[in-house]
Amino acid sequence: MMAALVLFPWAAALLLALLPGQRLSARLNAAASVVGLVLAVGLVLGPEPAAGLLHLDGLNLPLLLIGGFIGATASVYSLGAIHAEAFPPWAGRAYHAAFQIFLGAQSLALLSDNLGVMWVAIEIATLASVLMVAVHRTPSAIEAAWKFFVLAGVGIALALFGTIVLAMAARPLLADPESLLSISALRAVAAGADPGLLSLAAVMLLVGYGTKAGLVPLHSWLPDADAEGPTAISAVLSGLLLNAALHAILRVGSIIGLNAEAISPAPFLLVLGLASLLLASLALWRRRDARRLFAWSSIEHIGIAAICFSLPGGAAPGMLHLIGHSLLKSAVFYAVGRAIILKGSQKIADISGLATSHPALGWGLLLGIAGLAGLPPFPLLMSEIRLLVVAAIFNPWLLILLLLGLFTAGAALVTALTKLCWGPETPDAPAPAGAPMAGGWTVLGPVWLHLAVAALLAVGLPGPMGRMLAAAAGVLQ
Amino acid sequence: MGFGHIPFDVSHALAGGMLLMSFVLLYQRRVPGLIAALATQGGLLGLAALWQGWAQGAAGLYLTGLIALVAKAVLIPWALSTLVRRLGMHGSVQTALGIGPSMIAGVGLAALALVVALPVAAGGSALAQEDLAVALSVVLLGMLVMIARRNAIGQVVGLMSMENGLILAAVGVQGLPLLIELSTAALLLVLALVAGVFLTGIRERFDSLDVAFLEDHRGERR
Amino acid sequence: MAAFAALLTQILHLALLLVLAPLLVGVVRWLKARLLGRRGASPLQPWRDMRKLLLKRPIIAESASVVTLAAPYVAVAATVVAALLVPSFTRGMALAPVADLLVLAGCLALARGALALAGMDAGTPFGGLGAAREMAFAALAEPALLLVALCCAILAGSSNIDAIAAVFAEGALGIRVSLALALAALVAVALAENARIPVDNPATHLELTMVHEAMILEASGRHLALWEYQAALALTLWLSLLAAIFVPFGMAPAASGPIGWLVGLAAYAAKIGALALLLAVFESAIAKMRVFRVPEFLGAALLLGLLGALFLFVSTGLL
Repeated sequence: MMAALVLFPWAAALLLALLPGQRLSARLNAAASVVGLVLAVGLVLGPEPAAGLLHLDGLNLPLLLIGGFIGATASVYSLGAIHAEAFPPWAGRAYHAAFQIFLGAQSLALLSDNLGVMWVAIEIATLASVLMVAVHRTPSAIEAAWKFFVLAGVGIALALFGTIVLAMAARPLLADPESLLSISALRAVAAGADPGLLSLAAVMLLVGYGTKAGLVPLHSWLPDADAEGPTAISAVLSGLLLNAALHAILRVGSIIGLNAEAISPAPFLLVLGLASLLLASLALWRRRDARRLFAWSSIEHIGIAAICFSLPGGAAPGMLHLIGHSLLKSAVFYAVGRAIILKGSQKIADISGLATSHPALGWGLLLGIAGLAGLPPFPLLMSEIRLLVVAAIFNPWLLILLLLGLFTAGAALVTALTKLCWGPETPDAPAPAGAPMAGGWTVLGPVWLHLAVAALLAVGLPGPMGRMLAAAAGVLQ
Repeated sequence: MGFGHIPFDVSHALAGGMLLMSFVLLYQRRVPGLIAALATQGGLLGLAALWQGWAQGAAGLYLTGLIALVAKAVLIPWALSTLVRRLGMHGSVQTALGIGPSMIAGVGLAALALVVALPVAAGGSALAQEDLAVALSVVLLGMLVMIARRNAIGQVVGLMSMENGLILAAVGVQGLPLLIELSTAALLLVLALVAGVFLTGIRERFDSLDVAFLEDHRGERR
Repeated sequence: MAAFAALLTQILHLALLLVLAPLLVGVVRWLKARLLGRRGASPLQPWRDMRKLLLKRPIIAESASVVTLAAPYVAVAATVVAALLVPSFTRGMALAPVADLLVLAGCLALARGALALAGMDAGTPFGGLGAAREMAFAALAEPALLLVALCCAILAGSSNIDAIAAVFAEGALGIRVSLALALAALVAVALAENARIPVDNPATHLELTMVHEAMILEASGRHLALWEYQAALALTLWLSLLAAIFVPFGMAPAASGPIGWLVGLAAYAAKIGALALLLAVFESAIAKMRVFRVPEFLGAALLLGLLGALFLFVSTGLL
């Protein structure tokens, strides 16, 4: 079952790479992604014990579910947007195949019990997403892809070095070299391992996977990549890749945290998270490009999640924040992507007045941005409040910085919201000839579905959702 | 095992040669020189892996070593120099950081690697310390090469050198599982990068491999 | 008996080096010419040139002082003393106890100082230019040499060349990263000290780039012969030093008698021959660098030496 979650998308990728018809590929892509979602849900219903290279626990299960869900909705959105993206034939094939490779790789990254496999999975996901970002081959897209590639390349190289150092630390303690990279085996021996090596590994892995997670100061690829690739890719990058990278950091942190003498990754994570939050909250004010705006908002929210995870007792709000952010951010990207197609421009000034001109789309976008800004009735509000409580207990000064960042960022998003949704109406771009602008449901469906699920999570927080978060937090203890 | 034992000495000398090549990369201004130094480093890495395979009696390392020899000492440098010849880039590369400052920074990074490797003394011997320090230095110097060269080829070369350092560290860990998979995956990354230079049309769109031309397409400057 | 053998080998060593020096320069020139596809002058040519020059009266510039008269003798004397210290075919010569790397560096610095003074003394612009450049390079090359000496001293426990050669020849130290770095640094220093190709071109008088030739531009007759002899002896000495430290194999102990000396001599000839060939190949393959890049080159050597020393501090636990 677990292996199917990885292998099925890869098999689909092979098929999609061979099929010429773009319309058909887009449909098959959507169908395959929905099957992936069903498989992920199947994991909840029939959980199986950890076996071999893959394992399933409270931490990766929610992320897998969200991954399957966003993968499915993104592929549906992509089905509607395929005309507007106007790929050349080869690019359509590459795009759809890369999409499925990416989904399989990010599932593998989440499921893997082996740090080596996890690293390979994240690398494959990176390569696939670079391909998807570059698929338009405009100079800007190539610049974005090149920057992404070089920065991510450095990041994952450092992560591999950290992984090797971790294995070096465990080498004298593990009789069976085959389990040298296994997370569970490493957790068992971490307390007795050489603290110097563990500290080195912690720094390397934090910087390496931190680059992939878009934490400041290694974030600069994210706005470019989110703004220049196809919009569906922005949604999966922000919604899935960042989660997978942060998940890797958490796994490593859970190993190294067991050794009392090694330097704890938590303070570093806290500083990186705070830097991301504060820098992004300022950067959000200066954005003129709608997709860059939301890319910066991703940096902000990943920063908040990192802060959550670095504080004692903050794992549950951190998970809630990751999940809520993934849902809302992808909804916003779908809505913005649709608006960009309608208005023919990515500039915020050109997409003004959406709530009056296209009410269903505009209100969906409005609610999504409101949720990202931390307004009710969405889960980010709850996670942020819980974070503030945890931070106040940890250190009151931290509370001040957090409030500053959260309010600055929230206000910036609300300002953007008023411009995008309520400003003076701008005219639609004329529909390109031969490309019907049909398929509104492929956008509105996912957007409203995401909003509904997010609201439901917030409402269901005390019940099953709360138990899920507690389970996730339990894994990190 | 220690100094004076042949298996150890040879692997140590090969690692030292790789570190020296990293400094040559940092010092070298001309693109063909960069590529030649990179090829030498890749060859030394391949030999180091083969030697470790013999010393540890691990057959998997032979494969890693052969892959490194074929890909890194021959194929990739050949591809890069073909590219360079086709673009007529025989001149020197613009350096973002002068040779002197980058050499000083390089020695600083190597010293940092040593300082970082020092606390490890508790667990391992001085030898493990020095080997870790060499591998870490190669990785850090690769990063420095990427920073110091304003050129797509320079960045590819830097990343490859970083990756060489990684594999050097990996072959030194006795019985590391998935070694072949990891090293192949790391190689895939570099191959993809090289393919990217070939195919993305950095050349066809900008008529230059100098990534400074890409800056015009950066951020919101349009 | 042992003292006699030490003294005898010392004398033989000096005679060998004195005879060999111009010959080595001739051999390198001949090898380079062959590599470039020319027939090349006989390896004996430098000896012939020198004999011719020695018969001629030096012409002294009007503005020259006593420095011009004394400098060649000082330089040659300092170089000969340095040559006495570097072992060639045997270890344990009479002067071995004082054969310290630092003494060697001092003798070479003295010769260099005399050369620079002679360059400036005539008061011509080229002489001053060459002297200024030589001193600028020396400011980097000498610390690099000292760092290499430091590396060797840490490893061998002594800065005595003989002791270093003895320890390295045993092989118990193994191969060290720092030795590779020190070797690279020492080669760079040797190239600079002997005005060889990437730093200076020994074969031309191209005004804009020359360093060594600029300083002896005013010398003539006997003085020129002495300067050229000093340069040749310095090259021989440097090659011997490289061979003694990094390829210390085959050197006979002084007490081993004539047969052992002959074996040592054969090994020495092989080593020096190989180094001369390497030098010729290197010089044919490499282009001379711009003068303004030489400080970078030597700075790199200095940094490599520093790095080697750092590594040693760590691996020997001194830090």
